[in-house]
Amino acid sequence: MAYEPVLTRYVREPNSFTLEHYLQHQRGYEGLRTALGRAPGDIIEQVKASGLRGRGGAGFPTGLKWQFVLKDTPKPKYICCNADESEPGTFKDHVLMERNPHLLIEGCAIACYAIGAKVAYIYIRGEFYHVQQVLEAEIAKAYAAGYLGKNIFGSGFDCDVFVHRGAGAYEAGEETALIESLEGKRAQPRLKPPFPAVAGLYQCPTAVNNVETLCNVPPIVLNGAEWFAALGPEKNGGPKLYCVSGHVKRPGVYEATMHTTLRELIYDERFAGGMLDERPLKAIIPGGSSVPLLLPDELDTPASFDHVQKAGSLLGSAGMIVLNDTVCMVWLAQNLLHFYRHESCGKCTPCREGGDWLYKLLQRVESGEGREKDIDLLYGVASNITGKTLCAFGDAAATPVLTTIARFRAEFEAHVREGRCTIPAEWRARQPMLAGHH
Amino acid sequence: MSFHPHMEYAPARFHKSERVLADDGETFAYTPERQQAFDEVVTRYPADRRKSAVLFALYLVQQQQGYVSGASMRFVASQIGCSTADVEDVATYYTMFYRHPVGTYVLNVCRTLSCALLGAERVVEQISAALGIKPGETDPSGMFTLIEVECLGACDRAPVVMVNDDWHERLAPEQVPAFLDGLRTRGAAALTGCHLHVEEK
Repeated sequence: MAYEPVLTRYVREPNSFTLEHYLQHQRGYEGLRTALGRAPGDIIEQVKASGLRGRGGAGFPTGLKWQFVLKDTPKPKYICCNADESEPGTFKDHVLMERNPHLLIEGCAIACYAIGAKVAYIYIRGEFYHVQQVLEAEIAKAYAAGYLGKNIFGSGFDCDVFVHRGAGAYEAGEETALIESLEGKRAQPRLKPPFPAVAGLYQCPTAVNNVETLCNVPPIVLNGAEWFAALGPEKNGGPKLYCVSGHVKRPGVYEATMHTTLRELIYDERFAGGMLDERPLKAIIPGGSSVPLLLPDELDTPASFDHVQKAGSLLGSAGMIVLNDTVCMVWLAQNLLHFYRHESCGKCTPCREGGDWLYKLLQRVESGEGREKDIDLLYGVASNITGKTLCAFGDAAATPVLTTIARFRAEFEAHVREGRCTIPAEWRARQPMLAGHH
Repeated sequence: MSFHPHMEYAPARFHKSERVLADDGETFAYTPERQQAFDEVVTRYPADRRKSAVLFALYLVQQQQGYVSGASMRFVASQIGCSTADVEDVATYYTMFYRHPVGTYVLNVCRTLSCALLGAERVVEQISAALGIKPGETDPSGMFTLIEVECLGACDRAPVVMVNDDWHERLAPEQVPAFLDGLRTRGAAALTGCHLHVEEK
């Protein structure tokens, strides 16, 4: 039986973002009404039973995250929705917020009720200004209709949802950095513990959840934990959004269950529809730029958290970047290290200095000036970043280097031997950028 | 004498901070509408956490005068009730705040992997050539500033350019001259906008 999308079924329809459409087609705010008739602890138990795992990248069980939020405290509690979607190759939350914003708003309200919070902040990246306009207008409608605000459905439960606009910082997607940014500081991670569940926003108990994660909450409340778990492989239940980009015919966001294989996502007509210009596949980055590459012989891996991890990579944010045979792997590592060097928040030395060093080394190899020992040096520098930083950014920055050398060492050696890039592509710059010009 | 074998010991070689405070600029104050917007947004945060509104306050400044000057940071500090250094700390960290005047249209070309795979590097080259400027510069007419940015989160519509707060999707390198002409003659109306706004299509 064909899979019927849960989160994105109506997103291509005109006015799918409106409250009327949501109420009419998606049993809008019934999940919230149901939840308010039950004990908060029941909601947490149900989400735990569903096996919902965080869709932001780590895949941590959402129910557990909520359970860890400190209960016996006079302090207020908070939900922070991570809408900073900045992982290269990821663009799923964008669709949800723009085309189905009420699902997120309802998810925020239920999450607040479950953990005992009265306020949810949606931290949206600054570049999503047009998305923010939609979201704020729809939040205002939810207030007007009594789905947010004081005494919702006469239950005595109050809930406010506010949108907070970031201003251009990848690091703000890390949960403690997001909290710092929300407090009006630089987006830099905190030392953990204490975890946000104990001391998060304003030093109060906080749960930070991704947009897609919160969007899964209303359907779980409405349809039950068993329904959700049964949608995918064991421990990988529920609907999942996949972002396919790069050298494919139809890049886009596709909703499927986690039974779906990487091959289907790339080649199937229901999804990306095959390789652009029928060129051969060289490699795939399955979960955003921070995860290791997979090769064509690993394509039959189901795109679930556990299967992809078993294959040696990570599902991460499900941002799949598809690479054809024109991609030089040294160039790829250089392109990504340019990103990580630029986005490093600068707090931990290995990441701040190491990232820059890696970029310069890669640039030297790519331009043909590299030396034989540079390859081992790259490996050494990258290995000295992993596990030595406060947040996962350090590991993320080292990964493109480690994975390209592990999988395509011969290309690095050819660059050094021949003193030039051995796989120049016509879509690349004619004049390679000069070192450190910006 | 030097205590370090490889480093000369002389006043000229002492580390000297190159940090320069932003020029003060004109005295700054919000227009009444912006003041009202700020006063409303600041209530979204606990009364003793006004600093949370600093990003919003800086956006208002940028909306009003195009960039964030020293005087405006001082003004924001007085509004928030924090030090000027606190505001400068934030304004210098986030890439979307400009510390100097920029062109009418800021062309933020995404250069990260998915966009690069479909020609973003060539788009930057074409814009550079057409306007005679390098990334980070403003053209002599003051109309365009070219900036290379990292992933904008629209990888399915690569290459993407963010023009001020609007988007232009799938900009092929060969379309650059027409794209620039469109902005010159029709302004923001020449942009494709986000493909998800199906109601406007």
